[in-house]
Amino acid sequence: MVEETPWQQALRYANRANPYPFYEELRRTPVARQPDGSYVVSTYREVVQLLHDPRVTSDQRKRPDTPSNPFEATIITEDPSEHDVDRRRMMRHFAPPECPQTIADFEPEIRRVFGELLNDMKGKTRVDFVDEFAFPGPVTVICKVLGVPLESIPRFHGWIEAALDGLDFGPEANDPEQQRRTAAVPDQVAEFRQFLAGLIDQYRKQPGPGMFSGMVNDGGPEGLSQQSIVRNAMLMLFAGHETTVNLIAHSVLNLLRHPDQLEKLRRRPELIVPGVEELLRFESSVQFWPTRSALEDIEIAGTTIPKGAPIFLAYGSANRDPERFENPDRLDLERPDNQHVGYSQGIHYCFGAPLARLEAQTAVGEFVRRVQNPRLVEDPPPYRRNQIFRGPRHVWVDIDGIRD
Amino acid sequence: MTVPATVAELVRQFRANGRIVIVGASLAGLRAAEALRAEGFTGSVTIIGDEPYEPYDRPPLSKQVLKGWVPADHTKLPRLREVNAQWRLGVTATGLDRAAKQVRLADGEQIPYDRLLIATGTRARQWPNPDEAALEGVYSLRSRDDAAQLQKALAAPPSRVVVIGAGFIGSEVASVCRELDLPVTVVERGSAPLVGALGGVIGEIAAEMHRDHGVDLRCGLGVSSLEGDSGGHVRRAHLSDGTTVDADVVVASLGSIRNVEWLEGAGLASGFWGVGCDAGGRAFDINGVVTDSIYVAGDVARSPHVLYEYQFLAMEHWDNAVLGAEAAAHNMVNLEPHYRPHLLLPGFWSGQFGLNIKSVGVPPFGDEIVFTQGSVKERRFAAAYGRRGRIVAAVAFDHGKWLEYYGKLIEQSGPFPPPPPGWDHPPDMKPIPAEFPQPGVPTAIPDVVLTGHDPSERGAEFRPRPR
Repeated sequence: MVEETPWQQALRYANRANPYPFYEELRRTPVARQPDGSYVVSTYREVVQLLHDPRVTSDQRKRPDTPSNPFEATIITEDPSEHDVDRRRMMRHFAPPECPQTIADFEPEIRRVFGELLNDMKGKTRVDFVDEFAFPGPVTVICKVLGVPLESIPRFHGWIEAALDGLDFGPEANDPEQQRRTAAVPDQVAEFRQFLAGLIDQYRKQPGPGMFSGMVNDGGPEGLSQQSIVRNAMLMLFAGHETTVNLIAHSVLNLLRHPDQLEKLRRRPELIVPGVEELLRFESSVQFWPTRSALEDIEIAGTTIPKGAPIFLAYGSANRDPERFENPDRLDLERPDNQHVGYSQGIHYCFGAPLARLEAQTAVGEFVRRVQNPRLVEDPPPYRRNQIFRGPRHVWVDIDGIRD
Repeated sequence: MTVPATVAELVRQFRANGRIVIVGASLAGLRAAEALRAEGFTGSVTIIGDEPYEPYDRPPLSKQVLKGWVPADHTKLPRLREVNAQWRLGVTATGLDRAAKQVRLADGEQIPYDRLLIATGTRARQWPNPDEAALEGVYSLRSRDDAAQLQKALAAPPSRVVVIGAGFIGSEVASVCRELDLPVTVVERGSAPLVGALGGVIGEIAAEMHRDHGVDLRCGLGVSSLEGDSGGHVRRAHLSDGTTVDADVVVASLGSIRNVEWLEGAGLASGFWGVGCDAGGRAFDINGVVTDSIYVAGDVARSPHVLYEYQFLAMEHWDNAVLGAEAAAHNMVNLEPHYRPHLLLPGFWSGQFGLNIKSVGVPPFGDEIVFTQGSVKERRFAAAYGRRGRIVAAVAFDHGKWLEYYGKLIEQSGPFPPPPPGWDHPPDMKPIPAEFPQPGVPTAIPDVVLTGHDPSERGAEFRPRPR
């Protein structure tokens, strides 16, 4: 049997809870060629450099092999100028300069949502902080931001889960069990698309609250096509909560693993802002991104990435690079100069980051303030299958109660 | 005690009980004071500022403040940490006695120092005719007070604004006027706006931007005089081509003058271009010898830059003030070999006509330009500047996220033209002359002469020519 590369080992499901020792090994070769001809970039400096390199494309149609991807022809798989125009068309319904107040106006709602989830835990002694907190919070918020009825959450949640389980970038992709999951993906994506197309049609006939309605009824010269709206709507509904769910779940998990940091945050609640940045660095919500490839030969860190080669930028590893972050495996809520790549950089920098930060700050802050004597039940907890959107399936916690 | 042990003890004592004076209570002064505390300096820090205000941020003054979004007094800089300084605000430093190690203040007081940081920055060049400059309605824009007054005048509203000079401040003022729907005439001596900073090719694009937004742009012309009414309010500008423009607000944006007059006679290498210092912020004396106790940071500092043939560059950029101050502060409380250089890749940004303009490197160091990304027609593009086959700078219009790529190339002395991007490139990627004006002859540099006969007595002194 051929020995697996550190990258392949990091992607194995058995290592999902702790891929970091493999990342460490991986970083010894900052730009590492894999047996399938792809290149994995794992060091901070090189990741940042390629995020700004206009010879790197995000458009999979420009690759010799065109892998299937549920997010094809959305802003994250487009290059300029297409990308710039489409992103702007969406941004104008969400953020400054046209909508400077959207996110700030949601703050009371975010506070209320997470506050109620904690109220619902009153009287319990054991809580799953994924199913009862980290998931329902962000998904409720994104539905309200976008204008998706809350009743439909269980339906699209199922499709998204199945689609995520079917995407495997590791050596287990060819296992029969995984092949079965992968085979289910197109149907799930089609149903998800159908659902959103219906919703968007409805908004076209009768405008309502939220971004989707705004995008459909944008009378400006830069309107989006129906197909483009549906594809990007899928992206936003999915990306608008999935990563925040994992961030909040990981934050709870890591604070309970580091009682000194939890205590510090309890004593000094103002540390929540740098604290969430550190939690983002510590467990990147997006561990790596797989749609990039080289349009030219690119010389970097002593290696030449040949034209056409797929490039995986490993954010999760870059954020633990000791060349950039002192003692990277230590959780330090007061870490100075914490310019992590948890939300990427460059033109594909996370569109929803300001909203996600506000949600995580609120959720984690309220968790620390209100949950009495929390104790991890299972460590490590069970993990979800997907490697990109890596997160625990459950985080069981024993608690003494919920403060008001 | 051995010599190294004695030195270490002196450093320890200085860090505990030393006296540091910072002249200039602005961005660089404040960040230097914070950095000193971060470095563990517990001695006394005195900050002297000629304005009565605590340090404030300038970029909003020509944008958000003028538009009326933010009051001028809401621009105070956030404190990164407790500086525990003695603030001497509202009093000007008038002299420096290096022998006695004292800063003289306008109120007659003398402030002793062990180490001094010069961060006096620049001031706006005023309209040269004092009688005309004194007319009501004639403004310049540099300080918080300037911004508050000009904002009030623009809100009045005036019937027309004349902006003299189309550099960054002039262009931003013109842009704000158009946003406020005020008629505005911009008079620029050069061939186009921003020519000095970005060259004629980019200047042409800037000129189109002005005109598309309804600015009455007059290039290749000067204002010969300003005319007031009997009440002493400005009413008209006379241009060098004999035409006149009626206006009741005139903004003179004529560039800046470095605040070095107070250093006259101190024997430092100071003058028209600023105070010369090494890359660690240590001031040079008039002989070109580095001093041990005097440091310079911010707009007034002028130091050699390794990437630009060790030319002495003075950079009036926000991050230069911050990072230069931090490097100087570090070096003030450390000794060789622990000195840190300030090796910033210069960069600046501007907002005008709804567009974000950003640049890295030193564009005027280049003589060629090539458009590399985006579309000039749509005014979203990136362009690189080159000199002798090497990339030395880049500029972006609404394309700022790509500057990191060009910055990296500049730092690595990458080739010019740079490797082409994979997409979204302009049809013609041929380098063309960047069209910077010939460097002008500086007008106010005092002459320096050598004195002394014996090699051990040789020195230099200023002999300003009578004008």
